[in-house]
Amino acid sequence: MARIDLDLAHSYKPNPAQDSDYALLPLKMTFEDGGAYALLGPSGCGKTTMLNIMSGLLVPSQGTVRFDGQDMTRATPQQRNIAQVFQFPVIYDTMTVAQNLAFPLKNRKVPEATIRQRVGQIAEMLEMSHQLDQRAAGLSADQKQKISLGRGLVRPDVSAVLFDEPLTVIDPHLKWQLRRKLKQIHHELKLTLIYVTHDQVEALTFADQVVVMTRGKVVQMGTPDALFERPAHTFVGHFIGSPGMNLLEAQAGGGALHIGALSVPAPRALPEGALRLGIRPEYLALTEPGRDGALPGSVRQVQDIGTYFLVTLDVAGQTLKARLSPEAERPAVGAAVGLQVLGSHTCFYKNEELVA
Amino acid sequence: MSVQNKPVNQKAWFLILPVFICVAFSAILPLMTVVNYSVQDIIDPERRVFVGTEWFVQVMRDEDLHAALWNQLKFSLAVLLVEIPLGIVLALSMPATGWKASATLVIVSLSLLIPWNVVGTIWQIFGRADIGLMGHGLQALGIDYSYTGDATHAWLTVLLMDVWHWTPLVALLAYAGLRSIPDAYYQAARIDGASKFAVFRYIQLPKMRGVLMIAVLLRFMDSFMIYTEPFVLTGGGPGNATTFLSQYLTQKAVGQFDLGPAAAFSLIYFLIILLLCFILYNWMQRLGQSEKEGGHD
Repeated sequence: MARIDLDLAHSYKPNPAQDSDYALLPLKMTFEDGGAYALLGPSGCGKTTMLNIMSGLLVPSQGTVRFDGQDMTRATPQQRNIAQVFQFPVIYDTMTVAQNLAFPLKNRKVPEATIRQRVGQIAEMLEMSHQLDQRAAGLSADQKQKISLGRGLVRPDVSAVLFDEPLTVIDPHLKWQLRRKLKQIHHELKLTLIYVTHDQVEALTFADQVVVMTRGKVVQMGTPDALFERPAHTFVGHFIGSPGMNLLEAQAGGGALHIGALSVPAPRALPEGALRLGIRPEYLALTEPGRDGALPGSVRQVQDIGTYFLVTLDVAGQTLKARLSPEAERPAVGAAVGLQVLGSHTCFYKNEELVA
Repeated sequence: MSVQNKPVNQKAWFLILPVFICVAFSAILPLMTVVNYSVQDIIDPERRVFVGTEWFVQVMRDEDLHAALWNQLKFSLAVLLVEIPLGIVLALSMPATGWKASATLVIVSLSLLIPWNVVGTIWQIFGRADIGLMGHGLQALGIDYSYTGDATHAWLTVLLMDVWHWTPLVALLAYAGLRSIPDAYYQAARIDGASKFAVFRYIQLPKMRGVLMIAVLLRFMDSFMIYTEPFVLTGGGPGNATTFLSQYLTQKAVGQFDLGPAAAFSLIYFLIILLLCFILYNWMQRLGQSEKEGGHD
C-alpha cells in the first residue's frame, strides 16, 4: 500500500523537441493510498505509458516516480511490489488454476499455508473455487482473464494493482459482473487500484477518481460527477457523455454575450473576447421559438434511442444535440424551436480551458 | 437435398488422376519394384526364382544388421539428446531484434547451406592429425585422437559433425517459437517475480512445444537415415563402428549386389522408420493433449 507521486515526462524518442514527440507531457500528480482510479482517454493518449511507468516496466525519460515519498524511478516491478493485469489474459499453460494463482506468492517464498489460504480466498471472490484443480490452458478467455485478475490481487501487501484495459476480451454481460466484482474487491481489500480504459462507462462506474488524458496530457482529474458537470477542458466535455457536450462559438464583451444572432446579458462574469459555450445535451431545453433569451434553431433529426429522444438541431450553421425524455412532446423535423442554452449547468471555455 | 439422393458423379476420379500418376511414379512404382526384388532370387536377368520370405528371415537373423540397428538407435538418441537442448540454449541466447538478430540468423544458418558430402570432407580434413585443426589440436593436448583408428573417436566425430551440421536447424525452429511469445507474458512474469528459470520452465518451454515437436521428428528421421557424411568421413569404419543402417544397406545392395536381401531389408528399414515416427508423434501429441485438457490430473 502506498501513495504514488508522479512528476515526470516520457518520450520514446531520444531527443524530444516538440510536444508531439512526447508520449507523456510533463505532469505532476498523486494517486492516494487505497483509492480507485481510472485513466481514461482515446488510444495513443499515453495512458498505458503512464501505467507502465508506475509499474516499473518502463523508466520515464525525465522526472521521478515516488512511492510514499521514496524515489522508485528506477526500481523493478518486484522492488515496487506492484501487480499488473494486462489487456490479454496471461496464464501459465502448464499449471492448474490454483498453481497460477499461487505463482506470485511462491516466487516470493510465502509460506505454503498462507498461500493456500490466500488462493482459496481469491478464488472464492472470483467464483473459481470449483475450478482450482483444472488446467488453466483449457479455460475460456474470460476465465483466463479472471485468473490474471486473481494473480494481480492475490498478494495482500501490494503497493497498487494496475489494470491495463483488462476487460477488452470479455463478453459484455460478464464485463458488468467483473467490474462489480472489482469494485467489491476494492472495498474489501482496500488496495490502490488504477485502471486504464478507453471506455467511459467502465471508467465512471469503476473509479472514485477519473484521470482524463489526451495526446500525452492529463486534462482533468476528478470524480465522475465533476467530469460530467464541470468539464475542465473541452476535450473532457465531448469525450465524456453520450453524446458529448455541445460546444457553441460565442463572444463576450461589455457585460453582454453574443451567440450568433442572439445577444443577452452575460449570466456570469466572463472574460472578454471569443469564448465557447458548453452545454450537455441532457440540459439543453427546447422552448417555443422567439422566446426571450432563447436561441433560434430548427430540428434536423429526431432519433428514438429507447430511453430517450435524441434531437439534432441546426443553430446558425452549428449542430447541437439534445436529449429529451420519452414523455416529452416529440418535436417535428424541420420545426423552428427556441433553445435555452444558458443555465446553471452551462460552462464557458476560453482556449479550451474552463473559465466560468 | 438429403444425403441419400446425392448425385453420383464418377468424373471426380479424373481430378485426382494427375496426383495419382505423380505419386505412382515417385513412390508406388519404385516401392513395388523393391517388393518385387525382395521375394525373388535373381541369378541373372533370365533366371529368377521366387523365394517367398526367405530373404526377410535371413536379413532378420543377420548379426551385422543387429549391430547396425543398435548403432543407429544409439546414434539417433544421442543426436536428439545433444541437439535439442543445445538448439534451445542457442535460440535463447540469440538477440531478438535489430541488425544483430539478422546477422546472427545468417551466421547460425550457414552450416545448413553446406552440401552433405562437403560437410563430410570438411570434417575429414578438420580431424586429421597432420593438417586438421581439431586433430592436430587434440594431439597437441596429449589425446591420441584418430577417427580412422579408434572406434569411439570415429563414433564421437560423426556425432559431433551431425551436431555441428544440424543444431542450427533446431535453434532456428526454437527461435521462431520464442519470437511468437507476446511481450505481455514476459511483463507478467516480471510482475509476478518469476526467476529466469521459472520464465523458461513455465512460459518459454510450453510455448515452444509445437516447434520442438517438429524439431524432434525432423532430427530423428534425418539422423535415422544418415548416410553421406559418415560415408565420406569414415566409410563406416573402423570396423563397423560407424556403420549405420543406410550404410549397411548400401554395402549389401551396391557393394555385394545382394539385391534380394537388400530389398527385403529396405522394406524393413522403411517400416522401422514409419513405426518409430508413428510412436514418437503420437506420444508427443498425447503429451500436448493432456496439457490442454481441463480435467483433473
